[in-house]
Amino acid sequence: MKFSRITTNTGEWLSGDGPNRQIVVSSRVRLARNLRNKPFPGWAKKAERLEVMASVKEAVCGLPEMEESFAENLEALSPLEKQVLVERHLISREHAAKGIGSAVVMNSPQSLSVMINEEDHLRMQAICCGLQLEKVHKMIDRVDTELEEKLEIAFDEKLGYLTACPSNVGTGMRASAMLHLPGLVMSDQINKIINSVNKIGLAVRGLHGEGTEAMGNLFQVSNQTTLGETESEIIGRLNRVIEQIIDHEQNARALLAQRKAITLHDQIGRAYGLLSHAYSISSKEALNLLSIIKLGIDLAVFPDAHRFPVDELFIETQPAHLQKGAQLQKMSSEERDSLRADLIRVKLSQVPQPDISRLTISTPEQPEKT
Amino acid sequence: MQCDVCQSKEATVFLTQIVDGKMQKVNLCEACSKDKGVNDPTGFALADLLLGLGDSQEIEKTPASNKCPVCGFTQADFKKTGRLGCSNCYSVFAEGILPMLKNMHKGTRHTGKAPVAQAKQRERSEKMKTLQDSLDKAIAEEEFELAADLRDRIRKVEAEPAQ
Repeated sequence: MKFSRITTNTGEWLSGDGPNRQIVVSSRVRLARNLRNKPFPGWAKKAERLEVMASVKEAVCGLPEMEESFAENLEALSPLEKQVLVERHLISREHAAKGIGSAVVMNSPQSLSVMINEEDHLRMQAICCGLQLEKVHKMIDRVDTELEEKLEIAFDEKLGYLTACPSNVGTGMRASAMLHLPGLVMSDQINKIINSVNKIGLAVRGLHGEGTEAMGNLFQVSNQTTLGETESEIIGRLNRVIEQIIDHEQNARALLAQRKAITLHDQIGRAYGLLSHAYSISSKEALNLLSIIKLGIDLAVFPDAHRFPVDELFIETQPAHLQKGAQLQKMSSEERDSLRADLIRVKLSQVPQPDISRLTISTPEQPEKT
Repeated sequence: MQCDVCQSKEATVFLTQIVDGKMQKVNLCEACSKDKGVNDPTGFALADLLLGLGDSQEIEKTPASNKCPVCGFTQADFKKTGRLGCSNCYSVFAEGILPMLKNMHKGTRHTGKAPVAQAKQRERSEKMKTLQDSLDKAIAEEEFELAADLRDRIRKVEAEPAQ
């Protein structure tokens, strides 16, 4: 499969449907695995990395799930192509920085991707839309079971799967959900939520994982610990916390609509106005305003039919995606800002003006007592 | 009180995290707290910070001369990178790694998925143990008919191909 097929088709997780789709953008489960007694990628010499890559790549490409797949060595990808994969959450920023001796394999719906020689020999993930962590876990677990027949995986009866960093040892699993929380941000409750989630041993991070800024009111919630609990215990714990955050977000939206209706209407109107008339816009400003439009769709101020085009803009307006669509030579940030504004104006011209009279709040379910 | 990160300036930011009744504390000076993103809760998780601090010192509990025979990794390498050299390093540096894992995780024993081959082996050794125990008991109680039956069953399990 060619790289252009990846860029022209949006991933399944963006276009599909799933439970709690309004607030939970995507669910993802990542497993870290290594080969027994082979130096981890960070410690291995180039020849050793190449040897591991060859055997792992062959095993991964031979999986039934990867029948129609895209597989490439990292040095064969341009910086722009790598960035496109990062923006789609198919590889990590750390992996994008790798060159010779590392590779990536993904299936054509872009729901499964395997990074070879990232921090561990294998980092494999499954991603899909909405809140369905159990489903994505099942998807990646099957891949893992199939691979262990072909590869000698490092496993210790006491410590579980052995990983380069002791913080991943055990299940080697990181489960995460991307949440869209404009209500909690607008009502200034988000820091309180983040702090309490951090206190119970789960992590909240920005758009692209560790150490990244939160943009577009998007937050990633994931498990912090991997040893001492089974996979389903970890996912269950995460699910319960996410369900509570969803309740809080819905309550925050209801409260905003009741007590700060004018501010809410104003924000939606301004976001629409700015995005439909801007001729230059940074990716951060675009994301933050698009987030408000997305909120407007959730609240029925804009027709639901425009949900997918708006969701798509979240990805299409990212720096590398913009350039990929335009041309191959590197653009200056001014050029990108203007191109981004053009793209948004065209798409938003299809969306009717906000109709505040239609604003409806979906009644939040009663939060369960825990 | 001194800052835990730079060890030079006065600490003014005090952080506490309680997970399952286990308390972890970090004291930071103004500059280091900004540097570590404490003010921006999205980019900050106490566990990440702890990992970079005291925890990696635990490795010193293993003798400095320890060197992984498989990959040549040493204690000093771990202190530099916070990562291990290969899967075998977990047994070479076990004394240092175990207390580290205790601080980092919910438990110190893996209870999740195991590769099928390993799970089968685990099952097999457990089955053998139960049979052997019953056999010992049968012999002690002079239940020779039962003992003979158990002996045959043990032989059958032994004859099964490993894996």
